[in-house]
Amino acid sequence: MVNTAVNLCGVELENPVIPASGAFGYGREFAEIYDINCLGAFAIKGTTAYPRFGNPTPRIADAPGGMLNSVGLQNPGVEDVVNVELPALAKVYSKKVLANVCGFSIGEYVSVAERLDAEDIVGWIELNVSCPNVHGGGMSFGACCEGAAAVTREVKRVTKKPVIVKLTPNVTDIVPIARACADAGADGLSLINTVLAMRIDPAARRPVLANVTGGLSGGAVFPIALRMVYQVYEAVDIPIVGMGGVSTARDVIEMMLAGATAVGVGAANLTNPFAAKEIIEALPAEMEKYGITNLVDIIGGAHNG
Amino acid sequence: MKKGKFTLVENTALVPGMHRLTFSGDGSGIVPGQFAEVAVPGYFLRRPFSVAGFDGGSLTLAVRVRGEGTAALAALAPGAELDIVTGLGNGFDLSAAGERPLLIGGGSGVGVLWPLCRALAADGASVTAALGFNSGTESFYVSDFAALGARTEVYTADGSRGRRGLVTAALGDFEYSSVYACGAAPMLQIIDREAGAKAQFSLEARMGCGFGACMGCTVETVNGPRRVCKDGPVFRGGELIW
Ligand SMILES: Cc1cc2nc3c(=O)[nH]c(=O)nc-3n(C[C@H](O)[C@H](O)[C@H](O)COP(=O)(O)OP(=O)(O)OC[C@H]3O[C@@H](n4cnc5c(N)ncnc54)[C@H](O)[C@@H]3O)c2cc1C
Ligand SMILES: Cc1cc2nc3c(=O)[nH]c(=O)nc-3n(C[C@H](O)[C@H](O)[C@H](O)COP(=O)(O)O)c2cc1C
Ligand code: FES
Repeated sequence: MVNTAVNLCGVELENPVIPASGAFGYGREFAEIYDINCLGAFAIKGTTAYPRFGNPTPRIADAPGGMLNSVGLQNPGVEDVVNVELPALAKVYSKKVLANVCGFSIGEYVSVAERLDAEDIVGWIELNVSCPNVHGGGMSFGACCEGAAAVTREVKRVTKKPVIVKLTPNVTDIVPIARACADAGADGLSLINTVLAMRIDPAARRPVLANVTGGLSGGAVFPIALRMVYQVYEAVDIPIVGMGGVSTARDVIEMMLAGATAVGVGAANLTNPFAAKEIIEALPAEMEKYGITNLVDIIGGAHNG
Repeated sequence: MKKGKFTLVENTALVPGMHRLTFSGDGSGIVPGQFAEVAVPGYFLRRPFSVAGFDGGSLTLAVRVRGEGTAALAALAPGAELDIVTGLGNGFDLSAAGERPLLIGGGSGVGVLWPLCRALAADGASVTAALGFNSGTESFYVSDFAALGARTEVYTADGSRGRRGLVTAALGDFEYSSVYACGAAPMLQIIDREAGAKAQFSLEARMGCGFGACMGCTVETVNGPRRVCKDGPVFRGGELIW
């Protein structure tokens, strides 16, 4: 018998597999086809203070080994999430969610996080600092140490649950930003968000996405994500949720060896709605293959060289 | 929604660039107007296609070659095994058909109306199928509708087969109790304007997942944002903000 349990910021997970924000909605569509209580946990779609339609369409494009999205945080707003989505979810799901929080100002992050922190089903606040800062010239909060630290610090003041800061890979060096968040009181980090990218339609001679650029995710980004998790693990002492291109149980093991305590699965759920369940089911055999008895033992295991 | 393996048994070029792909596999639990998401070997995202025929043991898609993925599908030989998700989307509401449903299809939008025509005819409705193409050489599926006993009328832009002109002329040419349509957006807009609440139409959108999880395919409606893949692809007249 192998043991897949891990502990993410004080909350015990049956296994480390966590469907990533934006690729799992509010769980509803997946609960129709399998029992989502098999998950370690999952992250809900990024939530803002007010409803958002998001960016103009088309906002999805195919790519070699992955996909681009420029959905732009379509969500029904925090009140609807609390009053409609989370109660509906609680009927079919008895574990905890990571409440993915977005804002275009520090005030918005704080108010949304505070509202979600009060919900029983929320186990962690996941701060998506990739949003553009409307008061800071439109650069994303997560693109600089000061912005990321400020959001972390202010949200920590109003929340009781662990705060996990989700980092963007679209920076020259992710390590100082990870450190700044840890110093500002983050309980954990999740990485990576999508990689800024684009496609062009050669017949139309125009970008495919109405928004021109979008975020690349899926298998194509896995080695990049793995490298960043590896680097951040060396720099901080808080747990990491590693994600980016994970689609097999073997990928989960690689992510954990790089330093992840839990592992996010995003785009893979979109091309195979059973992906997260299949990864979880394949995990014990994959552990046995590599002689792993307790999954927690391998966290950061690739750093021992 | 179901995910399964399907084996290609027939690949027929109906007209150049338009292939009918018939698969064996679990075609149960499908409603007319639903679509399938096909995993095309070598491509990350699945490709969505309306179901143009189904029964317990088979699935038929009418695929127009548009880009690389559809070209790859059109080149498949019988025996190829594909992973397909079926039973996606809401499908047409047959209860609103009335006695004289009018089906209006344009180009590759014709295929999805065939299983609908079959179901309506089985219900005893007297169905008219108006099928629009650029020219007679591009027309397909016409005899399939006729074989179901539907009054079948072809419209071509160049007049080379059937009536000359846009297929939306059928709205004036025939009496109808309801309209079911699939085709290009400008065509659907005309139908929306003229047939209003009597109309239902099947929409296309760029999709990530096809089952409601990614918010990639959203359109604005009078009831707020809706997902084409989950809340559609069939929308009612008067519902969409074009
Ligand atoms: C609900 C629905 C039903 C459809 N039914 C049919 C059908 O019955 N017969 C048929 O021939 N076509 C149908 N289409 C359109 C079909 O999905 C596209 O033509 C196909 O995805 C193009 O793929 P490609 O790789 O050849 O094109 P590429 O341009 O190389 O594809 C690149 C990406 O864009 C997407 N894409 C490109 N064009 C479209 C489009 N018009 N609609 C949606 N996504 C697109 C592709 O899926 C892919 O992700 C339908 C689309 C939807 C949404
Ligand atoms: C369609 C889509 C929507 C996403 N929306 C969000 C979001 O709302 N908030 C967020 O923090 N990350 C969002 N992400 C990023 C993912 O959570 C994840 O970090 C990224 O896609 C990398 O993982 P993957 O390669 O497994 O998809 C989204 C990704 C996709 C594909
Ligand atoms: S395609 Fe993913 S929600 Fe419609």
